[in-house]
Amino acid sequence: MDSYAFQIVLCGALVAVNCSLLGSFLILRGQALVADAISHSVLPGIVAAFLFSGARAGGPLLVGAGAVGLLTTLGIEFLHRRAKVQSDAAIGITFTALFALGVVLVTALAGQVDLDQDCVLYGELAYVPLDPWLTANGWDLGPRAAWTSGFCLVVLLVVIGLFFKQLYLTSFDPAYAASLGLATGVWHYVLMGLTSLVTVASFEAVGAILVVALMVAPPATAFQLTRRFRAMLGLAAAVGVLTAVGGYVLAAALDASVAGAMAVVAGALFVAAWAWGKWRTALAGA
Amino acid sequence: MDGWLDFFTFRDANVRYVTLGAMLLGGSVAVVGVFGYLRKRSLAGDAVAHAMLPGICLGFLLAGQKSLPWLVGGAFASGWLALLTIDWLPRQARLKEDTAIGLVMSVFFGAGILLLTAIQHGGNAAQVGLEDFLFGRAAALVGSDLGLLSGLAVTLLLVVVVFYKELALLSFDAAYARAVGFPVRGLEFLLTTLTVLAVVAGIQAVGVVLTAALLVTPAAAARFWTHRLPLMLALAAGLGAFSGLAGAWVSYVAPAMPTGPWIVLAASALALGSFLLAPGQGLLARWWRQRAHRRKFAEENLLKLLYKMGERRQDHDRAYQPADLPTGQAPAQLAATLRRLRAEGYLTRRGPGWQLTPEGYERGRRITRLHRLWELYLTEYLRLAPDHVHDDAETMEHIITPEIEQELEKRLRRPEFDPHQNRIPYD
Repeated sequence: MDSYAFQIVLCGALVAVNCSLLGSFLILRGQALVADAISHSVLPGIVAAFLFSGARAGGPLLVGAGAVGLLTTLGIEFLHRRAKVQSDAAIGITFTALFALGVVLVTALAGQVDLDQDCVLYGELAYVPLDPWLTANGWDLGPRAAWTSGFCLVVLLVVIGLFFKQLYLTSFDPAYAASLGLATGVWHYVLMGLTSLVTVASFEAVGAILVVALMVAPPATAFQLTRRFRAMLGLAAAVGVLTAVGGYVLAAALDASVAGAMAVVAGALFVAAWAWGKWRTALAGA
Repeated sequence: MDGWLDFFTFRDANVRYVTLGAMLLGGSVAVVGVFGYLRKRSLAGDAVAHAMLPGICLGFLLAGQKSLPWLVGGAFASGWLALLTIDWLPRQARLKEDTAIGLVMSVFFGAGILLLTAIQHGGNAAQVGLEDFLFGRAAALVGSDLGLLSGLAVTLLLVVVVFYKELALLSFDAAYARAVGFPVRGLEFLLTTLTVLAVVAGIQAVGVVLTAALLVTPAAAARFWTHRLPLMLALAAGLGAFSGLAGAWVSYVAPAMPTGPWIVLAASALALGSFLLAPGQGLLARWWRQRAHRRKFAEENLLKLLYKMGERRQDHDRAYQPADLPTGQAPAQLAATLRRLRAEGYLTRRGPGWQLTPEGYERGRRITRLHRLWELYLTEYLRLAPDHVHDDAETMEHIITPEIEQELEKRLRRPEFDPHQNRIPYD
């Protein structure tokens, strides 16, 4: 495997592991579609951050898009709780409005912002090696996207490691968690904040919609294979890495988008895990 | 102002196509969206729209060129497959419905991106413009597209009109529909087909990502203005068509602007306006009603308090200073309540104090009477312990109408004392 391929697979794997870990919590909470909404609606945040800071990556971008991600959550809650819009419609209205706003901003600022709509939707992992992080004295530290995702992974591991019990309990049984005195609302927003962070960090590599594929498919695959949550987290991460490798191979074979190929591989792995689960239960029943 | 005139006289054929196309789409898709909204399955439409991308690409690969029937056929087939998978997965694979939607949507979309990029890198010159399906191409609508779109729109509306009763029952109470012998599976099949058709039409204008907005947003907005389905359908169609008009107008005035996202933004603005301003269910109307209720409760509680203080002293001809009134209200709030009661003629000022007018005395006595009657009713009829009835009566005393009051008096045979041995005051 040459250095380019290695860099692409490394970035893909980091992104996939981030998404898989977080997605495991999200699908347990029945919030897969909130993640979908956030991943669409960070677009205007990214455009605004571009506009104000001129940066294509780094701190301002993460902050701007993360803020819009949280705003999406608040918008959905406002429509649902305060304005009494039913929850599926609240999600649909919020993210389509913000995404439309983002597309309009991209068009309006086309001269000033180097960002095109297709890239926003499905990213381009293959370009990752073209954007290395060069230090002042000219050292090539590898692709910038790998550093961003790596940083994100560290944050995720620290938060999950320190607060596993809280996140786990508030996800599985919010009523019980509340009776133990855990602030379920706070943990909800912590997870939504992490979702924004991971989405933005993964965004440039895989685009808005495939973030959702990686957040939903590997955890759903792991869920077919185990019922223990810790095992599910580990399996989901492993499936994520497998997805990145398989996606690269498929994309290279077809000369197509790596991110799209990763989503397809993720779907195929899900079908395989589901069939394996069925087969096992059939054997156990026989 | 020339822009306005040029636009609204539809002198330019292109303007005519784009505007009419966008309005037809906005209106007819919104009508189908109403049923999806009522069944709480708005996001399934979003998933279907995303899932059409691989079908469009396959249609292109099979036809070898951008032939609309092949593209639409492919979109229809893959959208259909996606919706069936979404129905099937939660039962087969222990997944929640939202996980199933997210999974199907993103994996299908990923497959679409894979095919699209493979086609683009493949060097077939005919593929240029295929990616328009991502964001729609309303601004590029031409006469033949308009024919197809009107055909789709009329079909959608006709089917909804013909099967109106069946679809309405399915949306409101599927269990009942099954019980009275409606072919529920067949109707679900019909509605699924309608949704897929609507989405096929929608992606022409606004693209796969934003079609969900055409389905959801006008329906949700219409829901806030009415409880009646026919009116809701008409309103959703009107709002959808208006959004289409607005989007077409913006992209006419600013040609660089994409029509689809502006249609969505217009619909979103209309929806937000509806959520805030609709009479009855709107946020402002509800806030106003709650405020009126809070004020009424505060006023009646104060009148009741003054009456009971007079009752305890056996002297109703007294004035009280605000500091002597144990209402639990903050001083500023209490002062406001007192002022309102004076303006309504229930209180008068006497020196530094406040006193009940005859009308105020009357109303305070009535509230006290209702409170005590209700407490007695709860102990007599529901067999609740006397120390458990006060809180409920605190609420009911403000709600009981004169008719219910009469009925209570009759049932309890005009009792003299409440469960706490307080005398019930009559006129």
